[in-house]
Amino acid sequence: MATTYTLISSNTLSSSAASVTFSSIPATYTDLVLRCSVRDSGSSGTSQQQVRVRINGSSSANYSRRNLTGVGSTAASGSGTGNTSIAGFYAPDAGATSNTFNSFEIYIPNYATVQQRQVSVFNAFENNSATVNELNATAALYTDTTTITSLYIDTVNGLVSGSSFYLYGIKNS
Amino acid sequence: MEKVIVDCSTGEQTIVPLTAEEIAEAEAAAAAHAEAQAAAEAEAAAVQAVKEAAHAKLAALGLTAAEIEALSK
Repeated sequence: MATTYTLISSNTLSSSAASVTFSSIPATYTDLVLRCSVRDSGSSGTSQQQVRVRINGSSSANYSRRNLTGVGSTAASGSGTGNTSIAGFYAPDAGATSNTFNSFEIYIPNYATVQQRQVSVFNAFENNSATVNELNATAALYTDTTTITSLYIDTVNGLVSGSSFYLYGIKNS
Repeated sequence: MEKVIVDCSTGEQTIVPLTAEEIAEAEAAAAAHAEAQAAAEAEAAAVQAVKEAAHAKLAALGLTAAEIEALSK
């Protein structure tokens, strides 16, 4: 890995939590990469729950997205405007095979400049069963132009112990 | 329930109990999400039922399974 790819901070939950926030993100990098592996603590009919990432903690309707999804052998696409988080991707919940987690990466370019944010998300999880094997690719836009100093991550029902979070900074030189 | 805050400038990690307001917000959001998910699942089930009914009518007209599948693509 290039030396410009630097771990800023990380956390692995030793007990369940409602959310994880990376605060006071230094403005010394060019781009940010958020890599996480999470599982939702609740239960649903679909064995999965939505992951939500909020920039600067904002839950205003400033997010939009286009997403492609593969679940099992079924492919689908979707979109959303006026969303309250970067969304459109999922994690296994209590209905899924035990101890399975998703893994996702969010790339945020030019986070320390004053502009709208075009963000890419790639997410996958494998349930070790015939169903709920999911892949998501999302292009998201955050229309607020303030510089990014914090990132908030949660799922609908909360994050289980063992969920892990890594924030990297990338410099262009 | 608690929230975890990681201060990137110091590396310090703080665990903060949710306030009553935050718990209420989280419960309301979870309920709204469950409602939306149930509605989406019901809509998908309705679409699937219509699709299966259409397939049955096509089969009754004498189309083979391969011909019906070709029409569905």
